[in-house]
Amino acid sequence: MPGHRSPPIRNQGDIRMSTQSKDAYFVPEDSRWPVFGIPGIVLLAIGLSVYLNGGSSGMPMIVIGALIIVIMTVMWFRDVIVESVTGKYNAQVDVSFRQGMAWFIFSEVMFFGAFFGALFYARVFSIPWLSGGDPETSRFLWESVTLAWPTAGPGFLDLDYTVMGAWGLPAINTMILLTSGVTLTIAHHAMKHNDRKKVIWGLAATVGLGFLFLSIQMYEYVYAYQELNLRMDTGIYGSLFYLLTGFHGVHVFLGALTLLVVLLRVMRGHFTAENHFGFEAAAWYWHFVDVVWLGLFIFVYVI
Amino acid sequence: MTATTHDTHDDHHHGPPAGFFKRWLFTTNHKDLGVLYMLFGLLMFFVGGAMAMVIRAELFQPGLNLVDPHFFNQMTTMHALVMIFGGVMPAFTGLANWLIPVQIGAPDMALPRVNNWAFWLLPAGFVLLLATLFMPGGAPAGGWTMYPPLVLQLGDAFPFLIFAVHILGISSIMGSINIVATILNMRAPGMTLMKMPLFVWAWLITAFLIVAVMPVLAGAVTMLLTDQYFGTSFFNAAGGGDPVMFQHIFWFFGHPEVYILILPAFGIVSAIIPTFARKPLFGYSSMVYATASIAFLSFIVWGHHMFTVGMPLAGQLFFMYATMLVAVPTGVKIFNWMATMWQGSMTFETPMLFSIAFVLLFTIGGLSGVMLALAPVDLQYHDTYFVVAHFHYVLVTGAVFSIMAAVYFWLPKWTGHMYDEKLGKWHFWLSTISVNVLFFPQHFLGLAGMPRRIPDYALQFAEFNMISSIGGFVFGLTQLLFVYIIIKCVRGGQKATSEVWEGARGLEWTLPSPAPYHTFETPPVVK
Repeated sequence: MPGHRSPPIRNQGDIRMSTQSKDAYFVPEDSRWPVFGIPGIVLLAIGLSVYLNGGSSGMPMIVIGALIIVIMTVMWFRDVIVESVTGKYNAQVDVSFRQGMAWFIFSEVMFFGAFFGALFYARVFSIPWLSGGDPETSRFLWESVTLAWPTAGPGFLDLDYTVMGAWGLPAINTMILLTSGVTLTIAHHAMKHNDRKKVIWGLAATVGLGFLFLSIQMYEYVYAYQELNLRMDTGIYGSLFYLLTGFHGVHVFLGALTLLVVLLRVMRGHFTAENHFGFEAAAWYWHFVDVVWLGLFIFVYVI
Repeated sequence: MTATTHDTHDDHHHGPPAGFFKRWLFTTNHKDLGVLYMLFGLLMFFVGGAMAMVIRAELFQPGLNLVDPHFFNQMTTMHALVMIFGGVMPAFTGLANWLIPVQIGAPDMALPRVNNWAFWLLPAGFVLLLATLFMPGGAPAGGWTMYPPLVLQLGDAFPFLIFAVHILGISSIMGSINIVATILNMRAPGMTLMKMPLFVWAWLITAFLIVAVMPVLAGAVTMLLTDQYFGTSFFNAAGGGDPVMFQHIFWFFGHPEVYILILPAFGIVSAIIPTFARKPLFGYSSMVYATASIAFLSFIVWGHHMFTVGMPLAGQLFFMYATMLVAVPTGVKIFNWMATMWQGSMTFETPMLFSIAFVLLFTIGGLSGVMLALAPVDLQYHDTYFVVAHFHYVLVTGAVFSIMAAVYFWLPKWTGHMYDEKLGKWHFWLSTISVNVLFFPQHFLGLAGMPRRIPDYALQFAEFNMISSIGGFVFGLTQLLFVYIIIKCVRGGQKATSEVWEGARGLEWTLPSPAPYHTFETPPVVK
């Protein structure tokens, strides 16, 4: 299904109830799965809160809540996949899904925007102001400190830590993610040419590279904590480093998981050269995660 | 993908499924979900209203009279959170759910299951939020804006607050993605963008704002959470962060948010005034462009909430002028509504009365907003009752009045019965008089220097506070009448025709009243 909007189906002025017709809109059946997930979300949130407040009953609630959410996701998608492969959806439903995914990714962009905004604010405003750029601030808080990015801030001047360099593992990780984007595109082209074997290899390579990226990222975190003494509480630099790369990592994990499901669906023959939006949605998400990483690599690691 | 459509479940086509739980828990029907959203909004309107009554009772006389100051602070904070995220936003989303598909000739929303999920996330979020009232350390009390470092002093309730905001955010993002997808993809043939009713336009732009800024709020509160529990330094100057940074991120969300609370109101009023003036809306396309301009400007004016915090002069000037620009497209709208009424053959049924009151009273709120936009004078007004008066004029006599107007306007379409016009007029006049008694004196209190979020005050503020409280109690009690009118209308009354109102235009008025469970299963043609 090409990305452009399909022409709406015309029917001459009939707004009475019709039973079945080729030109009818598609309306899905009601579903128990969205509501099924709600207690899971409540339980997860309460569990996390109790855990953070130091209660011991938090962990079981987190596990059960997360489990319910996973079941909801699986069963909900299962219904959608069944409806899709049995040919219930029409072209308009396809566009609705595309719209939904595109706006969801836009909301994710804005979520990362908050953290990038914090990064730029710290670098452009708060750190220069703290180190004398704003006389009032420095007079009342820390007189005559000199700070330059990356910094742990004026309260942690004696903290001994090393900044994460850009051109070791992070550069390799950048190459890994960029390569995964290429393998994914190869898979997409193969999909359009009905070359299923190539799709499977392309997707498998993408998922593999995704998990390789995550492994390296985990190794980098351990290395940062143990060798560099670069921690989440290492001032604003540590805060931004871990939250930006951490949220990115979570998104890589979710993207890789989605691609893995897509891979299994390809192996089961769920997609055709014309109809494979499940694949494309996952691919859009993966490219979005790629782009976020490029921003991260440039503004957190390199500059 | 083939163009054929199959949905072979006949029970699904002709009416709601049997069984209370199956119908209301699992429903993906836009009308059911619209009703659920609106009932939830109504319930929260009374929960938040009860908190407002506590506030006004404490302020009835100077001195600490009824509640302890910490509880008072919990009331002001929770009142805001409940009214914004529980009252106004769900009520507007409910109207969007019910009306947008029937106004654009769609069978339902684009993503009906997501719609169900988005609704049920709301009670989930409010279970968490309202539970904080019973926790050690109490509910959030540092203001709905959650500024650090004050908010970090909250007790056990802190993570509950954060996760509640996350859940409510996911709910509104999902609801809004659905609305955008519906409007862009589900319009009947011939329903071009520039033929859409303005309510649909207003919601398209509102939904875009929600998708754009709710994630930013999620990011901001996540940083609060990690600052509190994981030792990060986002809002801690010792670590190189800045508590003021929170305010920047928060208001980057917060200012578009206040337009999220008012743009759908513009859409509602733009539907009602032409109906009862029996004239087409004056300046339709300028209305669309004005709405879009307001939305654009909302992203570049957040700094006007922070003039007193400290900001470079260039920043103050930029935010001041950008904010004053908002008055231009808003003025376009006000004048268009007036021009629509000009020489119309007007009648004054309850929805029209609320709409005219909206135009008048929202303008008062808008003009006090222009006053607040001026950086030098804002130094005097900031955090006083003048600000409270300003945003209650735009939110109560603006957003809430428009919701009431919408309920009276479309209630016959929803229930099939006309509401009691006489009681409706009583509701209108009692509300309009009491709301002005409630909020107008707060302008004077603010100008005289009474700070907001304070349980006690100096003696010279006593008279105006007492007047304001009396207005508040009357306004609160009057809303019980609103509920009675709705219940009475649901249970029976004069049968409504399809068109309901003589001057009504639009697809929803071609449907029978009450509208059938499923409408437009095949696309209507719009000429």
